[in-house]
Amino acid sequence: MAERRWQWFHRLASPPGFYRVSGRWLPWLAGTSLALLAVGVVWGLLYAPPDARQGNSYRIIFLHVPASFLALAGYYVMAAAGAIHLIWRVKLADVVMSAAAPLGAALTFLALFSGSLWGKPTWGTYWVWDARITSMLVLLFLYLGVVTLRQAYASRETAGRACAVLALVGTVNIPIIYKSVDWWYSLHQPATIRLTAAPSMHPDMFQPLVVMILAFYLFYAWVLVLNVRAEILVRERRAGWVRDLAGEGESE
Amino acid sequence: MLPSSPPLLAFCALSFERNDRLLFERVEGAVHGGDILQVVGANGAGKTTLLRILATLLTPTQGELRWCGGLLPRARASYLAELAFLGHVPGLKPGLSPRENLRWLAGLFAQRDAIEEALAAVGLAKWFDTPCAQLSAGMQRRVALARLALTRARLWILDEPLTAIDRAGVAVVEQLFRSHLQSGGAIIFSSHQAVDLPGVKYLALTES
Amino acid sequence: MRSPNPEPEALPSLATGFAALLRRDLLLAWRRRGEAANPLWFFAMITALVPLAVGPEPALLARLAPGMVWILALLGTMLAADSLFREDYVDGALEQLVLSPQPLWVLVLARVTAHWLVTGVPITLASPLLAGWLALPAGGVPMLVAGLALGTLTFCLFAAVGGALTVALGAGNVLRPLLVLPLYVPVLIFGTAAVARALEGGDGSAPLALLGAITAVTLAIAPVAAAAALRVGIDG
Repeated sequence: MAERRWQWFHRLASPPGFYRVSGRWLPWLAGTSLALLAVGVVWGLLYAPPDARQGNSYRIIFLHVPASFLALAGYYVMAAAGAIHLIWRVKLADVVMSAAAPLGAALTFLALFSGSLWGKPTWGTYWVWDARITSMLVLLFLYLGVVTLRQAYASRETAGRACAVLALVGTVNIPIIYKSVDWWYSLHQPATIRLTAAPSMHPDMFQPLVVMILAFYLFYAWVLVLNVRAEILVRERRAGWVRDLAGEGESE
Repeated sequence: MLPSSPPLLAFCALSFERNDRLLFERVEGAVHGGDILQVVGANGAGKTTLLRILATLLTPTQGELRWCGGLLPRARASYLAELAFLGHVPGLKPGLSPRENLRWLAGLFAQRDAIEEALAAVGLAKWFDTPCAQLSAGMQRRVALARLALTRARLWILDEPLTAIDRAGVAVVEQLFRSHLQSGGAIIFSSHQAVDLPGVKYLALTES
Repeated sequence: MRSPNPEPEALPSLATGFAALLRRDLLLAWRRRGEAANPLWFFAMITALVPLAVGPEPALLARLAPGMVWILALLGTMLAADSLFREDYVDGALEQLVLSPQPLWVLVLARVTAHWLVTGVPITLASPLLAGWLALPAGGVPMLVAGLALGTLTFCLFAAVGGALTVALGAGNVLRPLLVLPLYVPVLIFGTAAVARALEGGDGSAPLALLGAITAVTLAIAPVAAAAALRVGIDG
């Protein structure tokens, strides 16, 4: 019994096995994430009521909040993959990690960018040293560290393990950084509007936000799987199964 | 030594691959106490890489290493306690004298307290307190070799130990090797030079 | 040569390994004491540039002083951190550290301790003087010194992780500070807050205690992380 479970695990953890299995997930991930995105965008932008104080400008949170969620969650995905690679030497985990790093950095940038767009009508300026934005900026730096470290190494094996160590150190420190930035912000609290905490939002705004968060999670999973598959093909381009795959493509 | 006892270090089916470039594959060998193994091969054949793998500084892409029958890296602690490795660069601080260098190394490895004796044995009696930066490359290598005689390592892994060493020095090194082998130790080393010792076995790396 | 020995030499204890490496590094620093003073010079010279850049008004300088001194201390320790493992890598000593039967994190800790004694401690001791240049009121000085003592140690620990990760990547690599600077954020926040509170007449011990907690956590994880990074980084 246990043996069979391991067999299953090994098949999934081997790059060709994952490539084959994940191919079956793609239509489902693509379909559900695009459908939820469509529902969330239309609901949030067209049907949710305008905010009493901020008018329509608040609607950027339908992009900003899910992106911030995924930016942080993406770091943990990356670090967990790094740990699996470091401890059990699972090759696939390194592929996941290398795909998750730029993806997470992009989401963090999106969160920062949307946050600053939202800041203009709200605070009258594109950049405010708000706790949330500052933490997001530090997170972006952490991501960029992992991305650049991987590029700096000539050897892929070394790069993967070095990035894993860095990501794990970052993981331990992220809660400390977030808490300290919150604390710092409370010291210098300016008299501006704080982002409304989610639970106290009106349900008509909150529900489309939940849909968008869910859609972003699925979208993230979809893009991650696509990137992982592409990276597997690059890394295994010399392997027989990839050549067979390419041969099939040509003959079709 | 019983004939049935496992070799000190055995390695089988070692292959190493970097960025899709296969450096070598299916390399195997073993050393028992009293064995001396010379790794030979053209430049770029992977001699240094192989020695670094044997010293657990690098992880092979495939294959396994066994120390006294125990699989590495699990047996790493007992392995490191009996391993002496000398790399391409001798591992000495240029700002410290030979005596000071051997002293800090004594804090890291099990080492006999006979530093001056060992330095004198490799012909450095006059240079105990000269900073290593002022010694020639060959003399620095002798300092590093002097440390080998002080450790209780049973296995020596030496990357090009004869580089920069003059003819008189080679005789000193051979004497060092001989007494290590006689006391039941084993040596794996790489060199383009042949050493004048009986029973040297060869491991040839050819480019794959 | 070894067979006449009735029993093989015992492995040196952890404390012996730690002490041997610490002594080695302090001896090396002493031999090159001119070079060892560089971070301190850097710290002092940049401090002198601040009034030139923002103007000599004492009120403005006093307002900037806690943050400035902290940032300069950060830069001072970072400047010197490049040699943390790099030299050992170049002269081959790092191979011996990694292959020592001693746990590598103990050796990393010895290396960091020496580095802190040579850079962090002088900067901490010089900080009251330089804070005086920046017109920091005397009330803030005790918190500044206490905070910097803890903070520079934490900086050195993080720098060790960054140095270990980039050890094979070439000298003067600009990547190393980029990797670890984000981790300095909490230290900077609590360190400057402790001084600011003391200046307002309040009690700075709460942020100082938080800073101490961060130092303790870093002390626990950074040597292990740096050791893991060295094992990875040594093969370039």
